[in-house]
Amino acid sequence: MAGGIKKFVVGSFDDEAVLFPAVKNVRRAGYKIHDVYTPFPIHGLDHAMGIRETSIHTAGFIYAITGTTTALAFITWVFTKDWPLNIGGKPHFALPAWIPITFELTVLFSAIGMVLTFCYLCNLAPFVKKHHFHLRATDDLFVMAIECTDRTNETELESFLQNAGAKEVNIQIAETGWWIGRYDREQKLYSDEAGY
Amino acid sequence: MNNEFVLPGSYKKWTLGLIIVGLLALVYGIIMFNPFSHSAQGENINSTRFWAVLLQNSVYWLLTVNAAMFFICVTTMAMGGWQIALRRVPEAISSVVPILGLITFIILLAIVLGHRTDIYQWLDTDAVSHDKILKGKSGFLNPTFYIVWSALSIGLWSLLGWKMRKMSLDLDQSGPMDYETGKRWIFKSTVWASLYTVFFGLSVASTVPWLWLMSIDAHWYSTMYSWYTFASTFVSGLSLIAIFVIYLKNRGQLEYVTDEHLHDLGKFMFAFSIFWTYLWFSQYMLIWYSNQPEETRYFIDRIGTADKSGPYNGIFFFNLIVNFLCPLLILMKKSTKKSWTVVTFTAVLIIFGHWIDVFQMVMPGTVGSHFALMPFEFGIAALFIGIIMWGVGRYFSNHSLLAKNHPFLKESMIHHT
Repeated sequence: MAGGIKKFVVGSFDDEAVLFPAVKNVRRAGYKIHDVYTPFPIHGLDHAMGIRETSIHTAGFIYAITGTTTALAFITWVFTKDWPLNIGGKPHFALPAWIPITFELTVLFSAIGMVLTFCYLCNLAPFVKKHHFHLRATDDLFVMAIECTDRTNETELESFLQNAGAKEVNIQIAETGWWIGRYDREQKLYSDEAGY
Repeated sequence: MNNEFVLPGSYKKWTLGLIIVGLLALVYGIIMFNPFSHSAQGENINSTRFWAVLLQNSVYWLLTVNAAMFFICVTTMAMGGWQIALRRVPEAISSVVPILGLITFIILLAIVLGHRTDIYQWLDTDAVSHDKILKGKSGFLNPTFYIVWSALSIGLWSLLGWKMRKMSLDLDQSGPMDYETGKRWIFKSTVWASLYTVFFGLSVASTVPWLWLMSIDAHWYSTMYSWYTFASTFVSGLSLIAIFVIYLKNRGQLEYVTDEHLHDLGKFMFAFSIFWTYLWFSQYMLIWYSNQPEETRYFIDRIGTADKSGPYNGIFFFNLIVNFLCPLLILMKKSTKKSWTVVTFTAVLIIFGHWIDVFQMVMPGTVGSHFALMPFEFGIAALFIGIIMWGVGRYFSNHSLLAKNHPFLKESMIHHT
């Protein structure tokens, strides 16, 4: 799915304690939350939104063992095949001396790999312009963007958000995704989770 | 809320069983190994083996239970709140310190006053006077300093630990505190915790492993040794805490302990296993790299040379697999750190692994290649485990399992990462 124009109903909340029940009620009513933008990380919000656990750890592990393998393979090749040197009478295959380098490449690969993966998943790159649903999302507002489908009744949704405690509600058109593709968050339906 | 914990019969049976097995092993050793006959190194291997096994087990288990009090003190000093829901468990474990301390002290006295030169060669005054290296160390390695410092260490661990436990237990009687009283109490316990930690640094993290373990190989020294011993026993202590927490949770106690607390204990076990490996490797690599005869001697006694592998080769690398690779790979995932079963399994593995670690620290300098891992060795270990279980069980049944008036309890109850 390479981008597209979508319509969002955006509600802004000024209280964390109002936001949590609102998230729950919006999901229970069957609306699809695109994302919630908050000025600071909120414990448990990802749970409340039903976002699945991130797999970035697994990616990190794979990058790490790639780093380990690269380091060990390269140093082994250099010191046993390509350019064997006698260093202090040690065997050519001097594993203990290589462990620090191996460790550092492991950390380097996993760190850089995870940062790049994170940027890709969040569609972050230099010169990519992101749509801001509300500028105060970085300051003091909790901004909930709900994606509209062809079956969404926008006026109904707007009043729903107002009843849930939103201070500001409006409808915005925004472009999603970028040239590589869009990371579509997998969301569990509220009904699946609650078991009805 | 049910805080009156009645020890189940199975716990008592296991405790009694382990102690009986241990006492049988001890009696067997006294009868068969001739432990009170005087012998130089290599003369009467079984006699040496008897004292080496007692030394290994007493030092290992004493430092392990002592690590529980260190855990309380560092979390107190760091203003930690998450551990309050399970705080009585490390307290209970640390209540065994005076008992094991006394046993260890008797064993150390017997070795030093019994003039066991097969364990500590620096006890041989005649040999020391002809030995330049040992002569240079004799200001530190002599019976008087050894006995005084050992007594002081064990005494202060017991005393300061008792004070920390008493302050916590007194809260149960005094009732909930208001803000000002709570603040004062936190300040007071932080002061006592820092006293303990400073002395811990002077003893466990430096002098005590030098005296008790490193002086077995008296000519050799490593500046990493005490940290290494500390890491070894701290990770075992954390595993012991985890095991008792899980045991009580299985018995329906510790209602505020959730898998979030287990996750944190798992992180500690994971992190300190890596820390242990870091010290293990640093010690090994520096000696391997500089390759100086007086330093490499320590590893030649264990893993041998390139031409001839040493008697402890298998144990040495088994040690690395059990204490590094297993915790690293098993505890890496969040889901395994939150699994009660997996954490139990890893904790048992870590405790066993570090028992083996201390085994290979003590044995090569005492019994040399004639080491054994026979029922006697495991029997003595069972004796110490039994004593720990007895002490911990006594604390559990005498005191409330929840520090219910601790100012940070709420923080622990809502703990979430």
